[in-house]
Amino acid sequence: MLLFLVLCPIIAAILIIAGAPARFIALLAAVANLFGALVLLICFDRITAGFQFVSSFVVSTDWRIHFAFGVDGLSLLLVLLATIVTFAAVWFAGKIDNYERAFYACLLFISGGAIGAFASIDLFFFYAFHELALIPTFLLIGIWGTGNRVAAAWKITIYLTLGSFVVLIGLIFLYQSLPSSARTFDIRELQAAMSTYVLEATTQRHIYLVLLIGFGVLISLFPFHSWAPDAYASAPAPAAMLHAGVLKKFGLYGLLRLAIPMLPDGAHFWMYLLAVLLLGNIIYIGLVTIAQRQLDWMLGYSSVMHMGYIFLGIASGNILGTTGAAALIFAHGLSIALLFAIAGQIRKRTGTLAFAELGGLAKVMPFAGLAFGFATFAAIGLPGFANFASEIMIFFGAIRNGWSMERFHIFQIATVLALWGIVISTVYMLRAYRSTFMGALSKRWAKLVDLGDGLKIPIVLLIASLLWFGFFPQTFVRMVEPTFRSYFTAGK
Amino acid sequence: MIPIHAPCLEIAVLVLGVAILLFETFVEKIDKKNIAYAGIAGLAIVFIASFFLSPPSGADPATGFWNFYAADALSIFFKRFTLVTTIIVLVMMIDYAPEMTKADEWANANIGEFFSLPLLTCAGLMYLVSAIDFIFIFVSLELVTISFFVLVSFPRRNPIALEAGVKYLILGALSTAFLVYGITWIFGVTGDTNLERITAAFATGKIDSYGATFGAVLVLVGLGFKIAAVPFQIWVPDVYQGAPTPVTAFLSVGSKAAGFVVLLRVLQPFLMLPNMQRLLGLIALLTVAYGNLAALPQNNLKRLLGYSSIAHSGYLLIGVACFDGPAVTFYLAAYLLMTLLSFAILIIVAQQTSEEISSFDGLAKRAPFLAFAMLVAMASLAGLPLTAGFLGKFYVFYGAVAHQQTALVAVGILTVACGFYYYLKVVAAMYWQPSTNNQPITVSRLSRAMVILLIAATILFGVYPQPILNAMKRPHANLALRSISAR
Repeated sequence: MLLFLVLCPIIAAILIIAGAPARFIALLAAVANLFGALVLLICFDRITAGFQFVSSFVVSTDWRIHFAFGVDGLSLLLVLLATIVTFAAVWFAGKIDNYERAFYACLLFISGGAIGAFASIDLFFFYAFHELALIPTFLLIGIWGTGNRVAAAWKITIYLTLGSFVVLIGLIFLYQSLPSSARTFDIRELQAAMSTYVLEATTQRHIYLVLLIGFGVLISLFPFHSWAPDAYASAPAPAAMLHAGVLKKFGLYGLLRLAIPMLPDGAHFWMYLLAVLLLGNIIYIGLVTIAQRQLDWMLGYSSVMHMGYIFLGIASGNILGTTGAAALIFAHGLSIALLFAIAGQIRKRTGTLAFAELGGLAKVMPFAGLAFGFATFAAIGLPGFANFASEIMIFFGAIRNGWSMERFHIFQIATVLALWGIVISTVYMLRAYRSTFMGALSKRWAKLVDLGDGLKIPIVLLIASLLWFGFFPQTFVRMVEPTFRSYFTAGK
Repeated sequence: MIPIHAPCLEIAVLVLGVAILLFETFVEKIDKKNIAYAGIAGLAIVFIASFFLSPPSGADPATGFWNFYAADALSIFFKRFTLVTTIIVLVMMIDYAPEMTKADEWANANIGEFFSLPLLTCAGLMYLVSAIDFIFIFVSLELVTISFFVLVSFPRRNPIALEAGVKYLILGALSTAFLVYGITWIFGVTGDTNLERITAAFATGKIDSYGATFGAVLVLVGLGFKIAAVPFQIWVPDVYQGAPTPVTAFLSVGSKAAGFVVLLRVLQPFLMLPNMQRLLGLIALLTVAYGNLAALPQNNLKRLLGYSSIAHSGYLLIGVACFDGPAVTFYLAAYLLMTLLSFAILIIVAQQTSEEISSFDGLAKRAPFLAFAMLVAMASLAGLPLTAGFLGKFYVFYGAVAHQQTALVAVGILTVACGFYYYLKVVAAMYWQPSTNNQPITVSRLSRAMVILLIAATILFGVYPQPILNAMKRPHANLALRSISAR
């Protein structure tokens, strides 16, 4: 079943390249995947912490690499996110004038790569599947992008390459830190081995730093973030949805899956650094976001800023904080995808996303206005949406962090400052909403048409998932929590 | 069944080469393409025969048949490697020949030689990978180099090819001189030319260490020319650009692979000398940095591939500096696939236009299949996972991390990012740019089959590397080949 989820988009992409009808096959694959993920969700056993639905094939006996898939609560959540966003992105893509086949094939490759990375339980394929998305992203931005697409495409590609090769070195470090008899690429065995042979604190620090930098580049952690806004502003909407919503989460998933359970001493040591950097994401990038004058750039920067909260959850070092981080990964993925989708539709109709030129669009596009409003509230983190449920877990987790420190230590200070980030995001989100949908309608836009009935389906799906998660967070939290419980109790 | 011994393979290739050359001289009125087809068929038979070798009776495969010829796993693997390379080069030559003979009467009349000389080169390369004696190394190296002199300047009416030929001749002769001088020093110090016995002599410690180091460095200089290591790389871009494209491909794959095998073999004694690892590390560092940085501004694809071959020599040297035989072997196998694939597409596309990257503009519209093939080749050269090129880099970096070569790892990562830039430049041209030329490109059936096979192999070995790993192990374990799990 899991194998089907991973291979379905890839096979569909190959079929499309070979000549099958592009949009139909892509939609079929996306719908099939969404149903597949839902079936997995229903069959998933929420009590146990281990990996389920495991299937494994030997690839190399010498290197002990397996083509192995399996999900626990954490990865199932991410697979679910990937399938929902893929469905929405493919649906929103619509008709493409130029190289339609290549466009849909690229989208499906990104989706397949992301699902493959989340579902892999072998480090090698975990890494390799993520890279599968690199060239499609390069092509998507380069061919169908807008604005300064050439520069943006080069920037994201070179940045992500560097980041992922740093990750590769970190993974090799991690692998080689074990005695040779215990070395394995299997994440389950690796974790068991890490609790038998506890690594020296200095080794852990080195590996954690390398992984943090590598994954940090992929996630757009503060000083390494500059690729993200450019790329998201230039990318065609479906590509931005998939990249910002799903693919970027690979780095966070990597930190949660590898760094947290295997390198606790490293995480403790670099906590101060991470706390400072994540405040850079929240406060500095937050202020930069306020200064943006275009909707696409603002969304790009806001997605960088929200990574700060997820980092806060990861840095907190306890079950509550990390569970919140996992939940926010899911929530942010949905809300940013929705925002980019609607922004893409506006650009399609008006040809511009500058705040100065837009305004009053809610009069002619009431449904888009309503949906965008929901997405804005979700992104700010209003109660009732998934983002609120996750952020509150992160803040509670961070203030009572797992490092047993006295009061008013750096962590409390970081949490208090991060709370101000909510205010910052309220400012820019509401401003964007006002200058796009409220106010006087310019005559140029008097004849715009609202989103068609067809487009309402993916929007409703995204909003419904956000609301469901917001009102019943327990359905997902209970799924993720056993994983983190096993991580944090194993060492003690 | 008659037992086939390893030396029979080279003898078969030599006989085939000489026979075809003579046949070509005396029979005039045939389509010269048939000569190439005969060569391909003959080599294919030898390649198949290499899988049915009978184990050498009694003799230890590492010390070899006559004390100068080894038939160990390393050499058998590279004999097959050479055979495959030569077959592919011959296929490319068939595609390339019309362009070369269009304006050149002389080349048209003598094209048969162009098709048969690679067989002699192939025999030389096959001897070279088996050579474990300095004299034999020298002799087989000369067989390779001299046939390359002819091949590089074959279109002799073309001044660029002539320039390339002269440069290759002079620098080739110079490097040979260094090599021979180094061999004499080592002979003077140890009284021997057999690598096995030189190792033993070095191990006793009763040798003149300065003399031995001097000789070793001279030998490294000589080999450095062959593998295009900095600072002996100056000839590479010009010769690569000037030579007929199939010959360039042959040079950059066959000649380089043989150079690395010889390097691995001579390192076994040399490693006992002081500071050798540091020296190799330094050369590797300079080579990756130079190759990748110099490739950045190139606009001619053939020249770019020349610089990229220097860059790949650098990554291979990182493997050599960590004495990682299997990594080097694997990298070379991946390098064969992706380099030959890119040269094959270059030849097919450049038939119509030129070798500039801009002639690839809009190829995705004009010839989607070729564009996809080039995409795979470039992704693999850049080192994208799920292609063979990535596993090569992975293996090399794995060794470097294990040996704690922090500087090599750091520079390696930075240069990989450079590599993504210049390889993706080709992809950007194919997919981003609109096409200026809408002529369809014809691909012969043989080339199409070859391209499909190369794509399939590049992806297959990127996902499932075990066949290559197994091939390196069988039939007999060798000192130079240690398994990754043993470390």
